[in-house]
Amino acid sequence: MGNSTHKLEIFRGLVKFKSNQSKIWAVLFFLSVVTIIEVALGIVKPEVLIVNSFLSMKLINWIFIILTIVKAYYIMWDFMHMRDELRGLQASVIITLSFLIAYLAFILLVEGNYIFDVMYEGFVSWNF
Amino acid sequence: MSSTITTIEDDNTDVWGGGNKPLNSSYGKLMMWFFIVSDALTFSGFLAAYGFSRFKNIDSWPIADEVFTHFPFLHGVDAPMYYVALMTFVLIFSSVTMVLAVDAGHHMQKGRVAFYMLLTIIGGAIFVGSQAWEWGNFIRGEYGAVETKGGQIYQFQSSETGKRIALHDFAVEIPTERVQHESKNGVWYMGESTLPSYTTQEVISGFVANDDIVIKTEKIDENGHKIILSREESLNKITQAVSVVEGANLVNNEYGNRLFADFFFFITGFHGFHVLSGVVINIIIFFNVLVGTYERRGHYEMVEKVGLYWHFVDLVWVFVFTFFYLV
Repeated sequence: MGNSTHKLEIFRGLVKFKSNQSKIWAVLFFLSVVTIIEVALGIVKPEVLIVNSFLSMKLINWIFIILTIVKAYYIMWDFMHMRDELRGLQASVIITLSFLIAYLAFILLVEGNYIFDVMYEGFVSWNF
Repeated sequence: MSSTITTIEDDNTDVWGGGNKPLNSSYGKLMMWFFIVSDALTFSGFLAAYGFSRFKNIDSWPIADEVFTHFPFLHGVDAPMYYVALMTFVLIFSSVTMVLAVDAGHHMQKGRVAFYMLLTIIGGAIFVGSQAWEWGNFIRGEYGAVETKGGQIYQFQSSETGKRIALHDFAVEIPTERVQHESKNGVWYMGESTLPSYTTQEVISGFVANDDIVIKTEKIDENGHKIILSREESLNKITQAVSVVEGANLVNNEYGNRLFADFFFFITGFHGFHVLSGVVINIIIFFNVLVGTYERRGHYEMVEKVGLYWHFVDLVWVFVFTFFYLV
């Protein structure tokens, strides 16, 4: 119990803290920085990130989604103490969720895209 | 190995005796994780459905920056997303105070647990209040728009400055006898929802009379901006207007696609309801801490469990923020 039971290093051991509390504040700082970057990008919307895309998604949206997943990782690992749990518990939560959510998102987005094409290229006017 | 607090003495180690903890995690925490996984799937169902509808209407979906532009006490200032960003910080900060409460619980410091729980409750209340304020602005609307027979929204803006123009700035008053139906009078005792401030004819007449107003359509060009019609095209299109839309409800909204408001209400509403229940649960646990329930029990695992739920609510908001406001 107490501090000795927490794993006190983040960034793959790059930073190690003396106490659990200082780790919490550091994670808060990190999450805030990431959020500020997101909001700044959302307001400035740099032209280069909007015009260019990768796998038919704008670069800015890739950045948003990746930063969101990074934030989710630190909230789960450090605030929800996933870092201190057994590997089995980590795996049962993460693998289940990431598989099901990725699958759901994939089929629904492909289907949405398909329906857009049908409505766009079809011979029916949707604006009457 | 684990920061888990031992709740059951481990002298009972046989599998069916209740002393053998699967995954080295207590029953309560494991059940909370079960709940979180299933609730996460509910939220991802909502967000994936949002993505579906958005991809289906990818060339006409409202742009969040143009919808959420309000900031408290700053009237008429265009402040895209600043307030939502502030709400995000409030929620992350209340997550931090929650995890500090859990940490104090590990050290059996009753006073600090109570203090941090109180801060968490205040943060959650600020968040729910902010969300109510956002809803209020969203429902009330600011500029108003007209809807065509095909369900498209036409907004109005100045051709010179490019600034949006509200209906009350140009609609002309035409005397009419049309009043809101109320179930207490009239032949058929039928009620109806509140009528818009202006009739379609008043908006069209005002539009024709003002040469510097043009129509902003729902359609998005290849650079991600809404397509603005020329004055000639606008005069042609305005005749297709069949109704006036002010603010938002579940049927139509002045921001654009009808589904946009529906998803806004359902996703942020579902999340807001989670925050509200989290605040209520936190208050219960807070009073339990104060009366010393957990001190007598010998551990603060209940704080840890409610903390898991609270962080999960924060986690969901991170995704809602990204997919609703940023992407």
